[in-house]
Amino acid sequence: MVLCALSIFVIVALILWQLVLRSQLTWERFGLAFFYQTFTNPDSHQPMYWDPVNERFSALPFVYGTLVSSFLALLIAVPLSIGLAVFLTEMCPGFLRGPLAFLTELLAAIPSIIYGLWAFYALVPLLRDYVNPGLARYLGWTGFFENDNPTGLGYFAAGVILAVMILPIISSLTREVMNAVPHSQREAVLALGATRWEMIRMGVLRNARIGIVGAVILGLGRALGETMAVTMVIGNTPEIHRSLLSNGTSMAAVIANEFTEAVSNMHTSALIEIGLALFVVTIIVNAIAQLLVWAVTRGTPAQAR
Amino acid sequence: MGVGIEVKDLNAWYGTNHTLQDINLHIPANHATALIGPSGCGKSTFVRCLNRMHETNPIARVTGLVRIGELDIYNDAKPVQIRRRVGMVFQRPNPFPTMSIYDNVASGLKLNGFRNRRVLDEVVERSLRDSALWDEVKDDLRKKSGASLSGGQQQRLCIARALAVDPEVLLMDEPASALDPVSTSKIEDLIFELKSQYTIVIVTHNMQQAARVAEKTGFFLNGRMVEFDSTHKIFTNPSDKRTEDYITGRFG
Amino acid sequence: MSVETSSFRSRMRTLTDGAVTALSILATLLVVAPLVAIFVYLVYKGARSLNLAFFTQIPKPEGESGGGMANSIVGSGIILAVASALGIPVGIGGGIFLAEFGRGTKLANAVRFTADVLNGVPSIVMGLAVYALMVFPKGTIFPFMGHFSAMSGGVALGIMMIPTVCRTTEEMLLMVPHAVREAALGLGVPNWRSVLSITVKTASPGIITGCMLAFARVAGETAPLLFTALGNPYMSTSLNQPIEALPLQIYVFANGPYEDQHRLAWAGSLVLIVLIVLAVALVRYVASRGVLKGAS
Repeated sequence: MVLCALSIFVIVALILWQLVLRSQLTWERFGLAFFYQTFTNPDSHQPMYWDPVNERFSALPFVYGTLVSSFLALLIAVPLSIGLAVFLTEMCPGFLRGPLAFLTELLAAIPSIIYGLWAFYALVPLLRDYVNPGLARYLGWTGFFENDNPTGLGYFAAGVILAVMILPIISSLTREVMNAVPHSQREAVLALGATRWEMIRMGVLRNARIGIVGAVILGLGRALGETMAVTMVIGNTPEIHRSLLSNGTSMAAVIANEFTEAVSNMHTSALIEIGLALFVVTIIVNAIAQLLVWAVTRGTPAQAR
Repeated sequence: MGVGIEVKDLNAWYGTNHTLQDINLHIPANHATALIGPSGCGKSTFVRCLNRMHETNPIARVTGLVRIGELDIYNDAKPVQIRRRVGMVFQRPNPFPTMSIYDNVASGLKLNGFRNRRVLDEVVERSLRDSALWDEVKDDLRKKSGASLSGGQQQRLCIARALAVDPEVLLMDEPASALDPVSTSKIEDLIFELKSQYTIVIVTHNMQQAARVAEKTGFFLNGRMVEFDSTHKIFTNPSDKRTEDYITGRFG
Repeated sequence: MSVETSSFRSRMRTLTDGAVTALSILATLLVVAPLVAIFVYLVYKGARSLNLAFFTQIPKPEGESGGGMANSIVGSGIILAVASALGIPVGIGGGIFLAEFGRGTKLANAVRFTADVLNGVPSIVMGLAVYALMVFPKGTIFPFMGHFSAMSGGVALGIMMIPTVCRTTEEMLLMVPHAVREAALGLGVPNWRSVLSITVKTASPGIITGCMLAFARVAGETAPLLFTALGNPYMSTSLNQPIEALPLQIYVFANGPYEDQHRLAWAGSLVLIVLIVLAVALVRYVASRGVLKGAS
């Protein structure tokens, strides 16, 4: 039994070892600059980052794309998740609670490829035809929404589908920490003459806020590593653009796209190094999130993710 | 200043459980009234009907009249308004752990929109003095959290929090039952001091406590109010045999 | 000093309360909407391609119409069998350790924490690691190494199952009432035997539920199979060859240019999501009937 438990450590060590081992080539060639260097295209004089043919690799556009799409996803998902959690724990009539919780669980169980399919065939046309033009018109002044992308793919589409995917995690964990707040706290606030929202705000959310932050960070962790859905809608273009409506890429997406057709050992090594970075970052993010959630629920959160 | 409470034909249910049956009584202003009775007799439910906390339970139901001062609290007012005028202290102290002592006491005021620092400072100090906690915490008002105090101090903090919104009635549901004897006697002294300013209703398991602090006492049994009279009479010469049996310890 | 609030303030508070309620309901609807939309869309696009051929034939060469995804269904079955053979025993073993023998120890805490963190690692990283471990090394004598294979795909998915199964097993075991353990010990049964025969048996509905959840989760995974199982247009049942899997095939078809392949992708997605919905519903049903029926 101990051996089985120790296998967890073995797995982590194994992953780390293999990833480090197989990314040696690019590590030795570029070092840490791999993650931020910029090359220049000799013909167009435009910045260039990913040139497998000439073996010039920079992970910058992928890091950028991952961060942009993930934070966009958080921006959309966090208010909705907390709203859902508040509704389910404090406002929902009893008979609805079970079915709604079941639906949330279903959302969490849908495979990423199906999200990707639906996003590509249903969501992207919707965005392209109805949402993106509106965004470009009304929010174009911010510089983040230039509608010159006729496909509807891009960071924004990726952010939206990611938001849908991380919603269930953030929401159910938020519900858990909200339920962990003792009933006596709610009563104390009500007895002072508070409205229901004031009771939720002061008696529940305030007490649970550390755990909620943990839930959000956990959602971030999932968004960072999400592969299939993102790769189908982000456009897979290794460039950096400020506009959220332009094509982009992400760390997980480039690995999924290029790995089986990598042109050289250096190319493979570059992709594996990106995978290594993804591994390290998600480990750290998830560790922080776990600590926060654990601090509030005091023990083992009952979750099968 | 406190006000009197009139209760007429009060009935309460938890689902199908008829927890209170035909309660009628008049609680005098600026006095302390004790409610005694064995576990499950309905005294806590009764008190929770006085500030409409009973109905926060989805399967709870109430009929009858409760008039606090001039106000019919079920027909002429909303729960949020009532609860500001009728304060409550619970059996287990429940200060807000994420707030400082100052913020705990000021929480009720802030809910009602008071932001002026000077007003808040003044009310916080007055409330803490009234609950005999000021001297112990005056240097740590903003530094210590509400949960870092001892049990007895936490309960006095909860009393201060309730007093800060200037209620007319103070309901206390077994306020000292989770505390040690020293803290208990401090709370009892407090009730003595406070009753001249507020109307106090205290639920207690402890008959000696009722005898010490309350002018009037009501004895509850199985959801009914068996006897309601001056404390002295209840404890020395009760009219009803059931009261006498309880007092002398034959049950409960 | 009186704390009478202005009626303006009171009205503001009531309005805010109402607004928040409305927003929460809106949020709930916005969350439910994508789910319904996905389902409806899948049924709409997938149902018409669903026929017997889908389940019995392999895909036709590009450009030809007809065909099915029988090879990927079989392939998924084989990969998942390997994954379960690896993930379930090791996971349950780990869970038993955490709940019974290591409870409270620093080691158990470290394992638990690490397992939770491992659950959050992207599946593509798992695939990469198994690729590096099993597929990449050339010229070794070990079986299944040096090339893409069903085995490596199964290993990748199995590794993903271990932390999930481990934690849910632990939680189910912790829910067994202490009285049950004490009864066994009181009968003079040595600890390890009492654990295995009584406690585990009591918690078995819950443990099985946890395994089903882990199974359903990895059944839909695509990324780890991209560079381990790789895919195979023909029916294969060999562990030592590349093999097709349902989610993998769906991905490839959806990205391809052929309308026929798109059709199949939709049908396959419908099959996949129906299976997963059934699994989740079954899990919920078992859980609601009481994890500890054996204990009462």
